[in-house]
Amino acid sequence: MSHASGAHAVHAAPTGFIWKYIFSLDHKVIGIQYYLLALTAVWTGMILSLYMRLRLAWPSAELPLMGGIMTPEQYIAMVTMHGTIMVFFVLTTAPMGGFGNYILPIQIGALDMAFPLLNMLSFWVTFVAFIVMLSAFFVTGGAPTSGWTGYPPLSAVGEVAGPGLGLGQTLWIVSIALFCVGALLGALNFITTTLDLRTKGMTLMRMPLTVWSWFITSILGLLAFGVLLAAGVLLLMDRVAGTSFFIPGGLVISEQIISHKGGSPLLWQHLFWFFGHPEVYIAILPGMGAVSHILSTFARKPVFGYKAMVLAMSSIGAVGFMVWGHHMFISGMSPYTAIAFSVLTLSIGIPSAIKTFNWLGTLIGGKIRLHTPMLYSLGFVSLFVTGGLSGIFLGQPSLDLYLHDTYFVVAHFHMVMGVAAIFGIFAASHFWFPKMFGRMMSEPLGKIHFWVTFIGVYAIFMPMHYMGIAGHPRRYAETSGVEYLGALQPLHVIITIAVIVVIAVQFVFLFNFIWSLFRGEKASINPWESTTLEWTVPSPPPHDNFGGKLPVVYHGPYEYSVPGASADFIMQTSTEKVPDHH
Amino acid sequence: MADTLAQHKPFIADGGHGGGIIDAAGSGDPGGGHPHGASRRAYRTGMWFSMLGICMFFLAFTSSYIVRSGLSDDWVPVAIPSLMWWTTLLLIASSLTMEKTRRALSSGHRAELNQWLGATLLLGFGFLVGQVAVWRELASRGVFLTTNPSSSFFYLLTASHGIHLLGGVLALLYIAREAWLYRLGPAKRTLVEVTAMYWHFMDGLWVYILMLLWLWR
Repeated sequence: MSHASGAHAVHAAPTGFIWKYIFSLDHKVIGIQYYLLALTAVWTGMILSLYMRLRLAWPSAELPLMGGIMTPEQYIAMVTMHGTIMVFFVLTTAPMGGFGNYILPIQIGALDMAFPLLNMLSFWVTFVAFIVMLSAFFVTGGAPTSGWTGYPPLSAVGEVAGPGLGLGQTLWIVSIALFCVGALLGALNFITTTLDLRTKGMTLMRMPLTVWSWFITSILGLLAFGVLLAAGVLLLMDRVAGTSFFIPGGLVISEQIISHKGGSPLLWQHLFWFFGHPEVYIAILPGMGAVSHILSTFARKPVFGYKAMVLAMSSIGAVGFMVWGHHMFISGMSPYTAIAFSVLTLSIGIPSAIKTFNWLGTLIGGKIRLHTPMLYSLGFVSLFVTGGLSGIFLGQPSLDLYLHDTYFVVAHFHMVMGVAAIFGIFAASHFWFPKMFGRMMSEPLGKIHFWVTFIGVYAIFMPMHYMGIAGHPRRYAETSGVEYLGALQPLHVIITIAVIVVIAVQFVFLFNFIWSLFRGEKASINPWESTTLEWTVPSPPPHDNFGGKLPVVYHGPYEYSVPGASADFIMQTSTEKVPDHH
Repeated sequence: MADTLAQHKPFIADGGHGGGIIDAAGSGDPGGGHPHGASRRAYRTGMWFSMLGICMFFLAFTSSYIVRSGLSDDWVPVAIPSLMWWTTLLLIASSLTMEKTRRALSSGHRAELNQWLGATLLLGFGFLVGQVAVWRELASRGVFLTTNPSSSFFYLLTASHGIHLLGGVLALLYIAREAWLYRLGPAKRTLVEVTAMYWHFMDGLWVYILMLLWLWR
């Protein structure tokens, strides 16, 4: 490994506990902070989903902390908080803030992020946002009940509309606005770091696909979160300042005449989904990057169609800004507009198919090593295909008119942006754990966790497709008294049992994570025999990542099984000469 | 290069010797980035992308403004107070003095720098004070935030711009402090250059907002 001279530490290594672990400027510490925040959030969101499932399966059961049988209002508050916490504080936080922060600078040969202070601020703003979000549970009226999409007028008129829509809803908006600020600062840092801090030889087309995915995701974040922030400001003004951006005239709620007039709830939907659809890709793109990276590493083959992968991710990101209307097919939009949104939506199938076939192409003929990260990556591909296929149904207005707001939609988005993205996070967790903490995670525990989770999530979400087709609406706490839904009640019980099993096995992951931190087998520098820069430095890496000397890059990121090479992988920093590929 | 699609085509291995060998590092491919001078460039890149993010924020307001103005019959256009044309002049003038500040720094004229920096700060403050006066004038005419959707957007857009401009004023104050402590040499020109970029952007954004409020009524 050779080095460029003249490297300098961007900031000195801190010594005190507070500056080292709390208000740290080190991207690695900040990455772990984000990861732990997401871990806390995912358990919170998961417990909420357990409560919801128990209510659905056994409607008359009394649940702890609920003060008896859960009311429909409590149920919908849990739907809202589960969705919000999972989308923002898990699916956006862990892949970008967590792994992106930790791994990206090392993978491009940088000493840290471009703006370490901004990086620290991003995390702490996000942390405060999470605290504000949780505090909504504990105020008068409780958590908001307007869904993670916060549709007005429900979200805009205040507590007159029901419990949770007073202070709880205001806290929700403030939290989301803070989250936007944190996400924007983070995106700025990621983009600048990728563009300007690459080491010598790290051309754009030598960047690992993980770096590409974080880079593209950051651009999406920069363009999308500003719009959500603006929408949040308008919604807050409607609530606290008496404006009428989103509240229409002539509303009578709980026998009270609402004084607002002339606003448009649809305007919020447009602004929200202009953010909301790219947000789906913000959640899934880093998973795509990590999975491409891991499939190549454990198949001992180059990524099939590297350039096609980069182009596919870029076009998914670009077209993702033009499809938001498909969330609004039933809003009364012109059928011509709906057709335009539909065609654009379905066209995303093309880059998605390119990615899927390239993943399969990477696997074919490979010397596959079925370690835990590889299992999760294969699981990701499976879930992405399953969840993506139902998207083709929902993307067509005529079908969506029927399926909208049924369990079919719940099944679709949980499969593709929920569970697939979570599997990306699990894959990345097992893959980079040795680098981040210097020890290996247990393979047997990892495999138990994988198989039960993998089969479990299919058991949870496949039946929901049938329930949706049968016309079961979402967001309803109970369906007793609705005759045609009575026949579906046994499915609710089966799903809830699957949920209990899947949640139980998450304790195996948690145990594996904590146990391996202290007792795991010591990790070598490069336990997976991977090629990228993070595997050239000690596990865990020193404060400045490269021990004062910047690496120089001579090879692409996926040179596995190169004929004529001395090993079946060539490090990016290797000076070994390989035969010309042209 | 090794990272093209061509890597998947079979090629003849020759054990790493002889024909068909390339040295990636020696092929005139310096890579995309380099740590030397990277932080200078990073600040500029960061500023360009910040401006993009801020554009999206105001684009969302613009699109809401246009949609809301066409929605109902309660839209009563706000007559723009004449004072606003004067505050606009102040801001445009401040952009010129900011440019003078930047150039004085790169040519190393300390006294000139102090003058132009002071002038920019004064003009910036003047603009903000002028804006408060504009709001007071509107209030005295009975035009408040909630009077009608047009006035809501008027206050919202001008206040959002004001908050962003305040960020620029704080940056200028920081630069002034550095200048006061004799710590502002050509080595710190990135700070001034990035602030100048932001300041000009705020100027352009203001003209855009004014045109929107004035022309789309």
